[in-house]
Amino acid sequence: MLFSATSFYSLLLGFAFLIFIVILSQIPVKMIIKGLKPIIPIVIITTALNLFFITGETVLLKFWVITITLESVKFTVFIAVRIICLIAGTSLLTYTTSPITLTDAIERLFNPLKKIKVPVHELAMMMTIALRFIPTLIEETDKIMSAQKARGADLETGGIVQRSKAFIPILIPLFVSAFRRADDLALAMECRCYRGGEGRTRLKQLKTSTIDYIALALTILFLALVIIFNFYF
Amino acid sequence: MKGKNLMDKIIEVKNISFSYKNEDETGINQIEVLKNVSLDIYKGEFIAVLGHNGCGKSTLAKHFNSVLLPDSGEVFVNGINTKDENKLFDIRQSVGMVFQNPDNQIVATIVEEDVAFALENLGVEPAEIRRRVDDALKTVNMFDYKDHAPHRLSGGQKQRVAIAGVIAMRPQCIVLDEPTAMLDPKGRSEVLKTIKYLNKNFNITIILITHYMEEAAQADRVVVMEKGQIILNDAPEKVFSQVDKLKSIGLDVPQVTELCYGLNQLGYNISTEIISEDECVNALLSLINNKS
Repeated sequence: MLFSATSFYSLLLGFAFLIFIVILSQIPVKMIIKGLKPIIPIVIITTALNLFFITGETVLLKFWVITITLESVKFTVFIAVRIICLIAGTSLLTYTTSPITLTDAIERLFNPLKKIKVPVHELAMMMTIALRFIPTLIEETDKIMSAQKARGADLETGGIVQRSKAFIPILIPLFVSAFRRADDLALAMECRCYRGGEGRTRLKQLKTSTIDYIALALTILFLALVIIFNFYF
Repeated sequence: MKGKNLMDKIIEVKNISFSYKNEDETGINQIEVLKNVSLDIYKGEFIAVLGHNGCGKSTLAKHFNSVLLPDSGEVFVNGINTKDENKLFDIRQSVGMVFQNPDNQIVATIVEEDVAFALENLGVEPAEIRRRVDDALKTVNMFDYKDHAPHRLSGGQKQRVAIAGVIAMRPQCIVLDEPTAMLDPKGRSEVLKTIKYLNKNFNITIILITHYMEEAAQADRVVVMEKGQIILNDAPEKVFSQVDKLKSIGLDVPQVTELCYGLNQLGYNISTEIISEDECVNALLSLINNKS
Protein backbone atom coordinates (compact mmCIF):
# COMPACT_ATOMS: atom_id res chain seq x y z
CA MET A 1 0.00 0.00 0.00
CA LEU A 2 2.78 2.38 0.95
CA PHE A 3 4.78 1.54 -2.13
CA SER A 4 1.85 2.22 -4.40
CA ALA A 5 1.36 5.66 -2.89
CA THR A 6 3.12 8.09 -5.18
CA SER A 7 1.36 11.31 -4.32
CA PHE A 8 1.45 13.16 -1.04
CA TYR A 9 -2.24 12.76 -0.33
CA SER A 10 -2.29 9.04 -0.97
CA LEU A 11 0.62 8.66 1.43
CA LEU A 12 -1.34 10.67 3.95
CA LEU A 13 -4.20 8.23 3.51
CA GLY A 14 -1.84 5.33 4.11
CA PHE A 15 -0.63 7.04 7.26
CA ALA A 16 -4.23 7.48 8.42
CA PHE A 17 -4.83 3.78 7.82
CA LEU A 18 -1.77 2.93 9.89
CA ILE A 19 -3.00 5.06 12.79
CA PHE A 20 -6.38 3.39 12.48
CA ILE A 21 -4.93 -0.13 12.81
CA VAL A 22 -2.60 0.92 15.63
CA ILE A 23 -5.66 2.07 17.56
CA LEU A 24 -7.42 -1.19 16.69
CA SER A 25 -4.51 -3.34 17.81
CA GLN A 26 -4.48 -1.63 21.23
CA ILE A 27 -0.71 -1.73 21.28
CA PRO A 28 0.73 1.19 23.26
CA VAL A 29 2.11 3.90 20.98
CA LYS A 30 5.20 4.02 23.20
CA MET A 31 6.13 0.49 22.20
CA ILE A 32 5.85 1.31 18.51
CA ILE A 33 7.96 4.44 18.90
CA LYS A 34 10.53 2.36 20.77
CA GLY A 35 10.58 -0.06 17.84
CA LEU A 36 11.30 2.85 15.51
CA LYS A 37 14.46 3.90 17.33
CA PRO A 38 16.90 1.64 15.44
CA ILE A 39 15.91 3.11 12.09
CA ILE A 40 16.48 6.75 13.10
CA PRO A 41 20.03 6.78 11.61
CA ILE A 42 18.69 5.40 8.31
CA VAL A 43 16.01 8.07 8.21
CA ILE A 44 18.55 10.80 8.96
CA ILE A 45 20.99 9.61 6.29
CA THR A 46 18.35 9.32 3.57
CA THR A 47 16.92 12.67 4.61
CA ALA A 48 20.31 14.35 4.31
CA LEU A 49 21.11 12.73 0.98
CA ASN A 50 17.75 13.56 -0.52
CA LEU A 51 17.78 17.07 0.82
CA PHE A 52 21.17 17.97 -0.64
CA PHE A 53 21.30 16.03 -3.86
CA ILE A 54 17.85 16.34 -5.37
CA THR A 55 17.76 19.19 -7.80
CA GLY A 56 14.70 21.32 -8.37
CA GLU A 57 13.68 24.68 -9.72
CA THR A 58 12.49 26.66 -6.70
CA VAL A 59 15.61 27.36 -4.72
CA LEU A 60 14.95 27.94 -1.06
CA LEU A 61 18.45 28.18 0.30
CA LYS A 62 21.83 28.52 -1.26
CA PHE A 63 24.93 28.12 0.87
CA TRP A 64 28.38 27.37 -0.53
CA VAL A 65 27.90 24.18 -2.64
CA ILE A 66 24.64 23.21 -0.98
CA THR A 67 21.35 24.13 -2.52
CA ILE A 68 18.03 23.19 -1.03
CA THR A 69 15.02 23.37 -3.25
CA LEU A 70 11.31 23.11 -2.56
CA GLU A 71 11.13 19.85 -4.51
CA SER A 72 13.88 18.26 -2.49
CA VAL A 73 12.17 19.23 0.79
CA LYS A 74 8.90 17.75 -0.41
CA PHE A 75 10.52 14.54 -1.56
CA THR A 76 12.56 14.20 1.63
CA VAL A 77 9.54 14.46 3.88
CA PHE A 78 7.74 12.02 1.63
CA ILE A 79 10.47 9.37 1.88
CA ALA A 80 10.94 9.83 5.63
CA VAL A 81 7.24 9.37 6.32
CA ARG A 82 7.17 6.36 4.06
CA ILE A 83 10.07 4.63 5.85
CA ILE A 84 8.60 5.31 9.28
CA CYS A 85 5.19 3.99 8.20
CA LEU A 86 6.76 0.88 6.71
CA ILE A 87 8.65 -0.04 9.86
CA ALA A 88 5.76 0.79 12.18
CA GLY A 89 3.42 -1.28 10.01
CA THR A 90 5.62 -4.36 9.93
CA SER A 91 6.38 -4.15 13.65
CA LEU A 92 2.62 -4.20 14.22
CA LEU A 93 2.53 -7.64 12.64
CA THR A 94 5.18 -9.06 14.96
CA TYR A 95 3.63 -7.37 18.00
CA THR A 96 0.19 -8.86 17.39
CA THR A 97 1.00 -12.30 15.96
CA SER A 98 3.11 -15.00 17.59
CA PRO A 99 5.78 -16.70 15.46
CA ILE A 100 3.93 -20.01 15.76
CA THR A 101 0.74 -18.54 14.33
CA LEU A 102 2.79 -16.96 11.57
CA THR A 103 4.45 -20.21 10.58
CA ASP A 104 1.09 -21.97 10.79
CA ALA A 105 -0.37 -19.35 8.49
CA ILE A 106 2.52 -19.71 6.06
CA GLU A 107 2.02 -23.47 6.06
CA ARG A 108 -1.67 -23.01 5.25
CA LEU A 109 -1.03 -20.35 2.65
CA PHE A 110 1.48 -22.48 0.76
CA ASN A 111 -0.59 -25.65 1.08
CA PRO A 112 -1.51 -25.68 -2.65
CA LEU A 113 2.20 -25.96 -3.43
CA LYS A 114 2.14 -29.48 -1.96
CA LYS A 115 0.64 -30.60 -5.25
CA ILE A 116 3.90 -29.75 -7.01
CA LYS A 117 5.82 -31.56 -4.24
CA VAL A 118 7.08 -28.55 -2.32
CA PRO A 119 7.72 -29.82 1.26
CA VAL A 120 5.52 -27.16 2.85
CA HIS A 121 5.07 -28.83 6.23
CA GLU A 122 8.79 -29.53 6.54
CA LEU A 123 9.65 -25.91 5.75
CA ALA A 124 7.19 -24.62 8.35
CA MET A 125 8.59 -27.08 10.91
CA MET A 126 12.11 -25.92 10.14
CA MET A 127 11.05 -22.33 10.68
CA THR A 128 9.45 -23.13 14.03
CA ILE A 129 12.56 -24.96 15.19
CA ALA A 130 14.84 -22.19 13.93
CA LEU A 131 12.82 -19.64 15.88
CA ARG A 132 12.89 -21.87 18.94
CA PHE A 133 16.67 -22.26 18.86
CA ILE A 134 17.69 -18.65 18.19
CA PRO A 135 17.86 -17.71 21.89
CA THR A 136 19.52 -21.02 22.76
CA LEU A 137 22.24 -20.53 20.17
CA ILE A 138 22.82 -16.90 21.17
CA GLU A 139 23.35 -18.09 24.74
CA GLU A 140 25.71 -20.77 23.46
CA THR A 141 27.68 -18.22 21.42
CA ASP A 142 28.12 -16.05 24.51
CA LYS A 143 29.38 -19.04 26.46
CA ILE A 144 31.85 -20.09 23.77
CA MET A 145 33.09 -16.51 23.41
CA SER A 146 33.74 -16.28 27.13
CA ALA A 147 35.46 -19.66 27.09
CA GLN A 148 37.73 -18.68 24.20
CA LYS A 149 38.47 -15.29 25.76
CA ALA A 150 39.41 -17.07 28.98
CA ARG A 151 41.97 -19.02 26.97
CA GLY A 152 43.42 -15.84 25.59
CA ALA A 153 41.51 -15.43 22.33
CA ASP A 154 41.66 -11.86 21.08
CA LEU A 155 38.37 -10.83 19.52
CA GLU A 156 38.49 -7.07 19.80
CA THR A 157 41.69 -5.83 18.18
CA GLY A 158 43.07 -5.93 14.67
CA GLY A 159 41.67 -5.23 11.26
CA ILE A 160 38.60 -6.76 9.71
CA VAL A 161 40.49 -9.76 8.33
CA GLN A 162 42.18 -10.48 11.63
CA ARG A 163 38.96 -10.11 13.57
CA SER A 164 36.95 -12.34 11.32
CA LYS A 165 39.74 -14.92 11.54
CA ALA A 166 39.46 -14.71 15.32
CA PHE A 167 35.84 -15.79 15.02
CA ILE A 168 36.71 -19.19 13.57
CA PRO A 169 37.41 -20.70 17.02
CA ILE A 170 33.94 -19.57 18.00
CA LEU A 171 32.10 -20.75 14.91
CA ILE A 172 33.53 -24.27 14.90
CA PRO A 173 32.40 -25.25 18.43
CA LEU A 174 29.09 -23.54 17.73
CA PHE A 175 28.52 -25.67 14.64
CA VAL A 176 29.57 -28.85 16.39
CA SER A 177 27.19 -28.19 19.25
CA ALA A 178 24.38 -27.19 16.89
CA PHE A 179 24.73 -30.53 15.09
CA ARG A 180 24.71 -32.37 18.39
CA ARG A 181 21.58 -30.49 19.41
CA ALA A 182 19.94 -31.34 16.11
CA ASP A 183 20.70 -35.01 16.72
CA ASP A 184 19.18 -34.90 20.20
CA LEU A 185 16.15 -33.01 18.99
CA ALA A 186 15.51 -35.44 16.16
CA LEU A 187 15.60 -38.30 18.65
CA ALA A 188 13.26 -36.50 21.05
CA MET A 189 10.84 -35.73 18.22
CA GLU A 190 10.90 -39.33 17.06
CA CYS A 191 10.15 -40.48 20.60
CA ARG A 192 7.12 -38.22 20.58
CA CYS A 193 5.77 -39.99 17.51
CA TYR A 194 6.72 -37.35 14.95
CA ARG A 195 6.06 -38.63 11.43
CA GLY A 196 5.84 -35.60 9.23
CA GLY A 197 2.80 -33.55 8.31
CA GLU A 198 0.43 -36.39 7.45
CA GLY A 199 -2.54 -36.81 9.75
CA ARG A 200 -1.28 -34.06 12.01
CA THR A 201 -3.79 -32.03 14.02
CA ARG A 202 -3.16 -28.70 15.71
CA LEU A 203 -3.77 -27.46 19.23
CA LYS A 204 -4.89 -24.12 17.89
CA GLN A 205 -6.91 -24.40 14.72
CA LEU A 206 -6.67 -21.41 12.41
CA LYS A 207 -10.13 -20.45 11.22
CA THR A 208 -11.13 -17.65 8.91
CA SER A 209 -14.03 -15.84 10.56
CA THR A 210 -16.12 -12.80 9.65
CA ILE A 211 -13.67 -10.41 11.27
CA ASP A 212 -10.88 -11.66 8.99
CA TYR A 213 -13.02 -10.99 5.93
CA ILE A 214 -13.86 -7.50 7.23
CA ALA A 215 -10.14 -6.81 7.74
CA LEU A 216 -9.36 -8.07 4.24
CA ALA A 217 -12.15 -5.93 2.73
CA LEU A 218 -10.95 -2.83 4.60
CA THR A 219 -7.38 -3.34 3.43
CA ILE A 220 -8.49 -3.71 -0.18
CA LEU A 221 -10.69 -0.63 0.14
CA PHE A 222 -7.80 1.47 1.45
CA LEU A 223 -5.47 0.16 -1.24
CA ALA A 224 -8.01 1.14 -3.91
CA LEU A 225 -8.43 4.57 -2.35
CA VAL A 226 -4.67 5.11 -2.30
CA ILE A 227 -4.44 4.25 -5.99
CA ILE A 228 -7.37 6.54 -6.82
CA PHE A 229 -5.76 9.36 -4.82
CA ASN A 230 -2.60 8.89 -6.87
CA PHE A 231 -4.48 9.85 -10.00
CA TYR A 232 -6.65 12.68 -8.77
CA PHE A 233 -4.45 14.67 -6.45
CA MET B 1 7.89 -54.66 45.99
CA LYS B 2 5.90 -52.36 48.22
CA GLY B 3 2.81 -54.44 47.60
CA LYS B 4 2.55 -53.72 43.90
CA ASN B 5 1.01 -56.22 41.58
CA LEU B 6 3.92 -57.95 39.94
CA MET B 7 1.87 -60.07 37.59
CA ASP B 8 1.83 -57.72 34.60
CA LYS B 9 5.04 -57.21 32.74
CA ILE B 10 5.16 -54.00 30.75
CA ILE B 11 8.61 -54.42 29.25
CA GLU B 12 10.30 -57.72 28.68
CA VAL B 13 13.90 -57.75 27.51
CA LYS B 14 15.06 -61.16 26.32
CA ASN B 15 18.78 -61.84 25.80
CA ILE B 16 19.49 -58.76 23.73
CA SER B 17 22.89 -57.83 22.31
CA PHE B 18 23.71 -54.65 20.51
CA SER B 19 26.80 -53.09 19.00
CA TYR B 20 27.49 -49.74 17.40
CA LYS B 21 29.29 -49.84 14.09
CA ASN B 22 32.02 -47.33 13.79
CA GLU B 23 33.82 -46.73 10.52
CA ASP B 24 37.31 -45.22 10.40
CA GLU B 25 40.62 -45.60 8.53
CA THR B 26 41.23 -49.04 9.98
CA GLY B 27 37.91 -50.37 8.67
CA ILE B 28 34.64 -51.07 10.39
CA ASN B 29 34.89 -51.39 14.13
CA GLN B 30 32.16 -52.97 16.15
CA ILE B 31 31.76 -51.76 19.67
CA GLU B 32 29.68 -54.16 21.66
CA VAL B 33 27.55 -52.16 24.04
CA LEU B 34 25.00 -54.69 25.30
CA LYS B 35 25.89 -58.32 25.92
CA ASN B 36 23.05 -60.74 26.36
CA VAL B 37 20.94 -58.53 28.61
CA SER B 38 17.63 -59.75 30.05
CA LEU B 39 15.34 -57.68 32.21
CA ASP B 40 11.66 -57.71 33.18
CA ILE B 41 9.88 -54.52 34.14
CA TYR B 42 6.48 -54.71 35.80
CA LYS B 43 3.59 -52.28 35.66
CA GLY B 44 3.75 -49.49 38.22
CA GLU B 45 7.36 -50.12 39.21
CA PHE B 46 9.92 -47.41 39.86
CA ILE B 47 13.25 -48.69 38.61
CA ALA B 48 16.59 -46.92 38.79
CA VAL B 49 19.38 -47.90 36.40
CA LEU B 50 22.90 -47.15 37.60
CA GLY B 51 26.28 -47.46 35.99
CA HIS B 52 29.05 -45.14 34.92
CA ASN B 53 29.46 -43.61 31.48
CA GLY B 54 29.63 -46.04 28.60
CA CYS B 55 28.21 -49.00 30.50
CA GLY B 56 25.32 -49.26 28.06
CA LYS B 57 22.49 -47.92 30.19
CA SER B 58 21.36 -45.28 27.69
CA THR B 59 21.62 -47.81 24.87
CA LEU B 60 19.45 -50.20 26.83
CA ALA B 61 16.91 -47.43 27.42
CA LYS B 62 16.70 -46.69 23.70
CA HIS B 63 15.62 -50.29 23.13
CA PHE B 64 12.54 -49.79 25.29
CA ASN B 65 10.67 -47.73 22.67
CA SER B 66 12.28 -49.09 19.52
CA VAL B 67 14.57 -46.16 18.85
CA LEU B 68 17.19 -48.89 18.58
CA LEU B 69 16.52 -52.48 17.64
CA PRO B 70 18.61 -55.29 19.15
CA ASP B 71 21.12 -57.16 16.95
CA SER B 72 19.99 -60.38 18.60
CA GLY B 73 17.33 -61.16 21.16
CA GLU B 74 13.98 -59.46 21.53
CA VAL B 75 12.25 -56.67 23.42
CA PHE B 76 8.52 -56.80 24.11
CA VAL B 77 6.42 -53.83 25.19
CA ASN B 78 3.00 -54.95 26.40
CA GLY B 79 3.62 -58.15 24.49
CA ILE B 80 4.39 -56.32 21.23
CA ASN B 81 7.79 -56.98 19.69
CA THR B 82 9.64 -53.70 19.16
CA LYS B 83 10.67 -54.96 15.72
CA ASP B 84 7.04 -54.76 14.59
CA GLU B 85 7.03 -51.64 12.42
CA ASN B 86 3.25 -51.45 12.19
CA LYS B 87 2.98 -51.01 15.94
CA LEU B 88 5.85 -48.51 16.18
CA PHE B 89 3.69 -45.58 17.25
CA ASP B 90 1.72 -47.71 19.71
CA ILE B 91 4.98 -48.62 21.39
CA ARG B 92 6.26 -45.04 21.43
CA GLN B 93 2.99 -43.85 22.85
CA SER B 94 3.07 -46.36 25.71
CA VAL B 95 6.73 -45.80 26.50
CA GLY B 96 7.65 -42.12 26.62
CA MET B 97 11.18 -40.83 26.90
CA VAL B 98 12.75 -37.80 28.57
CA PHE B 99 16.36 -36.89 27.84
CA GLN B 100 19.23 -35.28 29.62
CA ASN B 101 19.41 -31.86 28.00
CA PRO B 102 16.15 -29.98 28.54
CA ASP B 103 16.98 -27.49 25.78
CA ASN B 104 17.35 -30.09 23.07
CA GLN B 105 13.97 -31.76 23.47
CA ILE B 106 11.65 -28.78 23.43
CA VAL B 107 10.38 -28.25 19.90
CA ALA B 108 7.99 -25.31 20.04
CA THR B 109 8.42 -21.68 21.05
CA ILE B 110 5.60 -21.73 23.61
CA VAL B 111 5.27 -24.14 26.54
CA GLU B 112 1.75 -25.35 25.77
CA GLU B 113 2.52 -25.80 22.07
CA ASP B 114 5.41 -28.03 23.02
CA VAL B 115 3.30 -30.15 25.35
CA ALA B 116 0.80 -30.52 22.52
CA PHE B 117 3.47 -31.65 20.04
CA ALA B 118 3.12 -35.40 20.58
CA LEU B 119 -0.68 -35.21 20.52
CA GLU B 120 -0.61 -33.23 17.28
CA ASN B 121 1.58 -35.94 15.78
CA LEU B 122 -0.85 -38.62 16.92
CA GLY B 123 -3.72 -36.78 15.25
CA VAL B 124 -5.78 -36.19 18.39
CA GLU B 125 -8.81 -33.87 18.10
CA PRO B 126 -8.04 -30.21 19.00
CA ALA B 127 -10.52 -30.11 21.90
CA GLU B 128 -9.04 -33.27 23.38
CA ILE B 129 -5.51 -31.89 22.89
CA ARG B 130 -6.50 -28.78 24.84
CA ARG B 131 -7.84 -30.90 27.72
CA ARG B 132 -4.85 -33.21 27.87
CA VAL B 133 -2.31 -30.37 27.61
CA ASP B 134 -3.94 -28.55 30.51
CA ASP B 135 -4.08 -31.76 32.55
CA ALA B 136 -0.45 -32.57 31.85
CA LEU B 137 0.72 -29.07 32.74
CA LYS B 138 -1.25 -29.14 35.98
CA THR B 139 0.20 -32.54 36.85
CA VAL B 140 3.77 -31.26 36.64
CA ASN B 141 2.73 -28.00 38.29
CA MET B 142 3.62 -25.81 35.30
CA PHE B 143 0.13 -24.65 34.32
CA ASP B 144 0.89 -21.02 35.19
CA TYR B 145 3.70 -21.00 32.67
CA LYS B 146 1.74 -22.31 29.70
CA ASP B 147 2.14 -19.13 27.64
CA HIS B 148 5.83 -18.66 28.42
CA ALA B 149 8.74 -19.09 26.06
CA PRO B 150 10.76 -22.18 27.03
CA HIS B 151 14.12 -20.41 26.99
CA ARG B 152 13.02 -18.16 29.84
CA LEU B 153 12.39 -21.09 32.19
CA SER B 154 14.87 -22.61 34.64
CA GLY B 155 16.39 -26.01 33.93
CA GLY B 156 14.08 -27.80 36.35
CA GLN B 157 11.04 -26.09 34.84
CA LYS B 158 12.13 -26.98 31.31
CA GLN B 159 12.59 -30.58 32.31
CA ARG B 160 9.10 -30.63 33.85
CA VAL B 161 7.71 -29.23 30.60
CA ALA B 162 9.46 -32.07 28.79
CA ILE B 163 7.86 -34.53 31.21
CA ALA B 164 4.47 -32.91 30.60
CA GLY B 165 5.02 -33.33 26.87
CA VAL B 166 5.46 -37.04 27.46
CA ILE B 167 2.61 -37.60 29.92
CA ALA B 168 0.20 -35.80 27.60
CA MET B 169 0.46 -38.94 25.44
CA ARG B 170 -0.88 -40.87 28.46
CA PRO B 171 1.96 -43.41 28.42
CA GLN B 172 2.09 -46.39 30.75
CA CYS B 173 5.80 -46.06 31.20
CA ILE B 174 8.30 -43.20 31.15
CA VAL B 175 12.00 -43.71 30.58
CA LEU B 176 14.09 -40.84 31.90
CA ASP B 177 17.68 -40.76 30.67
CA GLU B 178 19.64 -38.80 33.27
CA PRO B 179 16.97 -36.10 33.49
CA THR B 180 18.66 -34.34 36.39
CA ALA B 181 22.28 -34.42 35.19
CA MET B 182 22.27 -30.82 33.98
CA LEU B 183 20.18 -29.33 36.76
CA ASP B 184 21.00 -27.53 40.00
CA PRO B 185 19.97 -29.15 43.32
CA LYS B 186 16.64 -27.29 43.36
CA GLY B 187 15.74 -28.36 39.83
CA ARG B 188 16.81 -31.88 40.68
CA SER B 189 14.46 -32.18 43.62
CA GLU B 190 11.61 -30.64 41.58
CA VAL B 191 12.03 -33.21 38.85
CA LEU B 192 12.41 -36.14 41.23
CA LYS B 193 9.31 -35.06 43.13
CA THR B 194 7.35 -34.96 39.87
CA ILE B 195 8.59 -38.41 38.89
CA LYS B 196 7.59 -39.93 42.22
CA TYR B 197 4.22 -38.19 42.09
CA LEU B 198 3.51 -39.70 38.66
CA ASN B 199 4.54 -43.13 39.88
CA LYS B 200 2.41 -43.03 43.04
CA ASN B 201 -0.73 -41.30 41.81
CA PHE B 202 -0.99 -42.40 38.20
CA ASN B 203 0.71 -45.76 38.53
CA ILE B 204 3.02 -44.89 35.66
CA THR B 205 6.03 -47.18 35.42
CA ILE B 206 9.22 -45.17 35.83
CA ILE B 207 12.64 -46.17 34.55
CA LEU B 208 15.12 -43.63 35.85
CA ILE B 209 18.66 -43.69 34.53
CA THR B 210 20.83 -41.74 36.88
CA HIS B 211 24.25 -41.01 38.32
CA TYR B 212 22.94 -39.92 41.68
CA MET B 213 22.82 -42.63 44.33
CA GLU B 214 20.42 -40.61 46.44
CA GLU B 215 17.91 -40.68 43.58
CA ALA B 216 18.37 -44.39 42.97
CA ALA B 217 17.84 -45.08 46.67
CA GLN B 218 14.23 -43.88 46.33
CA ALA B 219 13.35 -46.46 43.69
CA ASP B 220 11.60 -49.80 44.20
CA ARG B 221 14.37 -51.65 42.40
CA VAL B 222 17.89 -50.80 41.35
CA VAL B 223 19.60 -52.24 38.30
CA VAL B 224 23.36 -51.83 38.11
CA MET B 225 25.08 -52.16 34.75
CA GLU B 226 28.73 -52.66 33.97
CA LYS B 227 30.34 -53.23 30.57
CA GLY B 228 27.06 -53.95 28.83
CA GLN B 229 25.76 -56.42 31.39
CA ILE B 230 23.44 -56.27 34.35
CA ILE B 231 25.47 -57.17 37.42
CA LEU B 232 23.01 -56.31 40.20
CA ASN B 233 19.23 -56.24 40.11
CA ASP B 234 17.53 -55.98 43.48
CA ALA B 235 15.88 -53.71 46.03
CA PRO B 236 18.00 -50.61 46.76
CA GLU B 237 18.83 -51.76 50.33
CA LYS B 238 20.24 -55.03 49.01
CA VAL B 239 22.14 -53.38 46.15
CA PHE B 240 23.74 -50.61 48.18
CA SER B 241 24.79 -52.93 50.99
CA GLN B 242 27.31 -54.39 48.55
CA VAL B 243 29.59 -51.43 49.05
CA ASP B 244 32.79 -53.15 47.97
CA LYS B 245 31.34 -54.51 44.76
CA LEU B 246 29.94 -51.10 43.78
CA LYS B 247 33.21 -49.35 44.62
CA SER B 248 35.17 -51.88 42.57
CA ILE B 249 33.29 -50.79 39.43
CA GLY B 250 33.72 -47.13 40.25
CA LEU B 251 30.28 -46.38 41.66
CA ASP B 252 29.45 -44.71 44.93
CA VAL B 253 26.84 -45.61 47.49
CA PRO B 254 24.63 -43.10 49.35
CA GLN B 255 26.64 -41.37 52.08
CA VAL B 256 24.51 -42.80 54.90
CA THR B 257 25.00 -46.32 53.58
CA GLU B 258 28.73 -45.81 53.45
CA LEU B 259 28.73 -44.51 57.03
CA CYS B 260 26.74 -47.48 58.33
CA TYR B 261 28.86 -49.90 56.31
CA GLY B 262 32.03 -48.40 57.78
CA LEU B 263 30.65 -48.66 61.32
CA ASN B 264 29.59 -52.25 60.66
CA GLN B 265 33.09 -53.14 59.43
CA LEU B 266 34.51 -51.69 62.66
CA GLY B 267 32.40 -54.19 64.58
CA TYR B 268 29.42 -52.04 65.58
CA ASN B 269 26.04 -53.71 65.46
CA ILE B 270 24.40 -51.69 62.70
CA SER B 271 22.61 -52.75 59.54
CA THR B 272 24.30 -52.15 56.19
CA GLU B 273 20.97 -51.98 54.41
CA ILE B 274 20.31 -48.36 55.33
CA ILE B 275 19.68 -45.96 52.48
CA SER B 276 17.78 -42.99 53.89
CA GLU B 277 18.88 -40.33 56.34
CA ASP B 278 15.97 -40.99 58.69
CA GLU B 279 16.78 -44.67 58.92
CA CYS B 280 20.39 -43.84 59.58
CA VAL B 281 19.55 -41.36 62.35
CA ASN B 282 17.30 -43.93 64.06
CA ALA B 283 19.89 -46.68 63.76
CA LEU B 284 22.63 -44.44 65.18
CA LEU B 285 20.39 -43.32 68.04
CA SER B 286 19.54 -46.88 69.03
CA LEU B 287 23.24 -47.76 68.76
CA ILE B 288 24.18 -44.92 71.13
CA ASN B 289 21.35 -45.75 73.53
CA ASN B 290 22.43 -49.40 73.68
CA LYS B 291 26.00 -48.39 74.52
CA SER B 292 25.04 -46.15 77.38
